[in-house]
Amino acid sequence: MMKLFARNRHAVQRIGYTLITLMAVATVIPIVGTVIFILFQGGSAISWEFLTGFPYDGMRSGGILPAIIGTLYLTIGTAIFSVPLGIAAAIYLSEYAKDTPLTRIIRLAIINLAGIPSVVYGLFGLGLFVLFLQFGTSILAASLTLSIMTLPVIISTAEEALRSVPQSFRTVSISLGATRWQTIRRIVLKEALPGILTGVILGLERAAGETAPILFTGAAFFLPQLPQTPFDATMALPYHLFVISTQVPEMPIQIQYGTALVLLVFVLTMNVIATIIRSRARAKRQW
Amino acid sequence: MEKSLNWREFVVTRAIKASGYSAIVFVLLIFVFLMREGLPALSEVDAGNLFSLRWYPIEDLFGILPLITGSLIVTFGAALIAVPFGIGTAIYISEIAPRWMREILKPLVELLGGLPSVVLGFLGILIVSPNLRILLDLPTGLTAFTGSLLLGGIAVPTVVSVAEDALDSVPRAYREGAWALGATKWQTIWRVTLPAAKSGVLTAIMLGVGRAIGETMTVMMVTGNAPVLATSLGSLFSPVRTMTATIAAEMGEVANGSVHYHTLFLIGIILFLISLTVNVIASSVVFRAKKRAERILS
Repeated sequence: MMKLFARNRHAVQRIGYTLITLMAVATVIPIVGTVIFILFQGGSAISWEFLTGFPYDGMRSGGILPAIIGTLYLTIGTAIFSVPLGIAAAIYLSEYAKDTPLTRIIRLAIINLAGIPSVVYGLFGLGLFVLFLQFGTSILAASLTLSIMTLPVIISTAEEALRSVPQSFRTVSISLGATRWQTIRRIVLKEALPGILTGVILGLERAAGETAPILFTGAAFFLPQLPQTPFDATMALPYHLFVISTQVPEMPIQIQYGTALVLLVFVLTMNVIATIIRSRARAKRQW
Repeated sequence: MEKSLNWREFVVTRAIKASGYSAIVFVLLIFVFLMREGLPALSEVDAGNLFSLRWYPIEDLFGILPLITGSLIVTFGAALIAVPFGIGTAIYISEIAPRWMREILKPLVELLGGLPSVVLGFLGILIVSPNLRILLDLPTGLTAFTGSLLLGGIAVPTVVSVAEDALDSVPRAYREGAWALGATKWQTIWRVTLPAAKSGVLTAIMLGVGRAIGETMTVMMVTGNAPVLATSLGSLFSPVRTMTATIAAEMGEVANGSVHYHTLFLIGIILFLISLTVNVIASSVVFRAKKRAERILS
């Protein structure tokens, strides 16, 4: 009787394990499949002309240069605002803030910022930056909108990195006569840099791939030239992919896959760089 | 020298403190500007119209119920997919997988979280929806279910990372105790580890659902965008239109300050309040509060 029971339990375990493993496999295969599929389908569309040319014939021919450049501009613009602010906020939370109700409200606000739907950011950007501050539909308005959306990611990952620097590092620095800010800048920030960088790249990766926040704040359907100032609207890869896959009739499928591929490579490169920085920093860490 | 040092220290410290409060400022700003543009809708559109069953702005019909039910049904379908697969994957990563497997799986799931939603929508149009149409013998492949399928994928990384963190934080001694009493690993997972991580797993589900209800581009591209009231689960297999998709699709074409414009902002307020509720409840669940917050965000 006991023996039967024991065998039974192990059969249950085997079935359970198989089931869970299958679920994990079913989750991962579509991810890998999606990436490989787009790499294969889009590969044949990639040419020098596709990457460096302007679209013509209602975007059914030519290249996607303005969209690539636009996404670069938006990513850089987002970084300009969100990186200093995000890191400073992380320094505050990790090095200065005590556990007061106010600090808890700040944390709650960060969590809420992270949860707000991207299209609501778009509405907010339209209301504040485009209309109220009269930046118009522009790279500036779109970058600011994306920055606020990216901020919670940067703050939380940077804070985690700062916190992982051992307390003794700070104590020693202060005891040697350094001021608090000198300690933060020369010791804590330096040690936490790889972790902060990882967070920054992951945050910007998300910004680069977003469409909804830029829909009404800075994205243009088609522009015959590259944007000249931050007050110009711009084409962008994610929005361009949306446009050519839903708004343009008789769109050649090769161009669609090619655009998806370029966007994917843009985002994946950032993802891989972040992963590499993180794992190398972990391997090198001596504390 | 001494003095200039103090001066710089003072300025930097002030700047850092001010940045620290920025998150609060931004949440308030978002709230204020949504209200500013959205509240006028309440006086311009009478309640009977607003809670009617027809969303047809050209004829001044602003019934938001079909949009709300559209969001709910797509999100419900997404949860049906994301919850079992997300938690299953989390259990696999945290309890079953060998170490090397874990090192491969975690970045892969993270990668799914980083895939632009417009790419998923694009594949939804080209691959998922035509195949679903044939497979399920539907008149169109652009249905709520198609959206649910893809949204499930989008919500999975959130569920996995939060749930895995919750499972990970269950002290090893709990498991060892169960093993010592003769429980199999499976019994330990099912009767000890999962119940111990219950609140964290619930948080994971909530945040996954929150993520799904706010998703925009994918649902706009694959759900067919028909503002029809979803009355039963059968609506899962017909076209619907969500709140997010409505805003994204229509905001570009309305005149600033028009009734339609204000009503779209009103829908934005509803979405904002939903995400606020989800996140406040999720973060008030007492489970390694700080650690979890970091997970949600990364």
